[in-house]
Amino acid sequence: MKAAAFDYIRADSLAQALELLARHGNDAKLIAGGQSLVPMMAMRLVRPALLIDIHRLAELQSISRHGQEVQIGAGVRQRTLEDDTAAHTLLPLVAKALRWVGHAQTRNRGTVGGSLVHADPSAELPLAALVLDAKLRLASHTGGERVMQAADFFVGPMQSATGETECLSSIAWPAWEGSGIGAAFDEVAIRHGDFALASAAAQVQLDAQGICRRASFGAGGVDGVPRAFPAIAQGLVGQRLEPNLLRSVATAAAAACDPGNDPHASADYRRHLATILIVRVLREAAQAAAQSLRGEPAGKQA
Amino acid sequence: MSTSKLVSIAIKVNGVVREAQVEPRTTLVDFLRDALLLTGTHVGCEHGVCGACSVLLDGEPVRSCCMFAVQADGLSVTTVEGLAPQRGQLSAIQDAFCEKHALQCGYCTPGMLIACQALITRNPHPDEAAIREAISGNLCRCTGYQQIVDAVKHATAPKEAPHD
Repeated sequence: MKAAAFDYIRADSLAQALELLARHGNDAKLIAGGQSLVPMMAMRLVRPALLIDIHRLAELQSISRHGQEVQIGAGVRQRTLEDDTAAHTLLPLVAKALRWVGHAQTRNRGTVGGSLVHADPSAELPLAALVLDAKLRLASHTGGERVMQAADFFVGPMQSATGETECLSSIAWPAWEGSGIGAAFDEVAIRHGDFALASAAAQVQLDAQGICRRASFGAGGVDGVPRAFPAIAQGLVGQRLEPNLLRSVATAAAAACDPGNDPHASADYRRHLATILIVRVLREAAQAAAQSLRGEPAGKQA
Repeated sequence: MSTSKLVSIAIKVNGVVREAQVEPRTTLVDFLRDALLLTGTHVGCEHGVCGACSVLLDGEPVRSCCMFAVQADGLSVTTVEGLAPQRGQLSAIQDAFCEKHALQCGYCTPGMLIACQALITRNPHPDEAAIREAISGNLCRCTGYQQIVDAVKHATAPKEAPHD
């Protein structure tokens, strides 16, 4: 349970980190919060020869608003975002998701970008990024920058599209325009703070008549990557979010998932959980949207 | 076996700057226990599950097994030894743990105290849900957690105004 030997450099700038990464390639690994990487190194699942520390780089730490997007630096700690009430107002789903990420101890170290790059199919932030259609900015020494949609970024269990000489630098999260927006996140885990057996996230927008104007939802832990269901969600638009409709939508979404069997849960059980959780988050998101239309404070659960 | 270059670090531990040369792979908890002989911080699972190794890093709780000592260079660490105001005394939360029998074997206790202290610093009057959330990253196999929750309630209950 002790990591193999490695060399350590704390980068002074993103440019230096990228240059080191370009020079050392697969022998090097970036470390930010290290909440997944350090345990993996302790178990010797990962044995980098060089660790490049980017955790303190100021250029990865900013949270700023650009029009209808909230730009969040990849190095922003999960706890920092959890405390940022201005960001919560713009990104209610992110605020809801963060409450489920690990524990206070891990959120104090763990970063927003680290969780996305780690790409655990059960993790909360990748699911939120997918449901909100976030854009991820990747930087490299030679290639400059490229921007990817979350839907293209998660390619398999613990696999993102980040190249071995690339660093995720920031994430642009779309803030929905208008009023009557509500979000919800829920999951089932063996213990609170563990990775979810199944999770679900939803954000919806209702008009004053209670008709759904916009909807997005997804599920985690039920496939090799987090899953969003834009085509199925489109069927909610123009409708009242009645229980029967939510049930049929959730059943269709869960049927489209391919969960694995493992000692913790069978594929059928995960699909069963996904169905229930999707119904629940859609219902709670609609309740939150209705509350906000009535001018009640967000976050208060009915 | 490969070796790595030693790195010079300076970490303020319980108010005192401690300088050392460490192998990068030395975890913060091993540095605290083996180099500084501060054995109050316990090592449990060594991969971020049990919370026994929790310390305060710049005032916030973290798991000292899930970071390398080099990552704490220049930062400030408080271990369970640093909670009490003076040697031989107990902090309010330590005293409440004794009062409410919030420990049995004691293995989880340093981590629990750190998690509870971090909670109280952020939220001086937490409700039961907040207390349970705050200790959710720390495993205890003896108490069933109830006495630990009771201890935090005891330590944070509004004090009665002193009588004349």
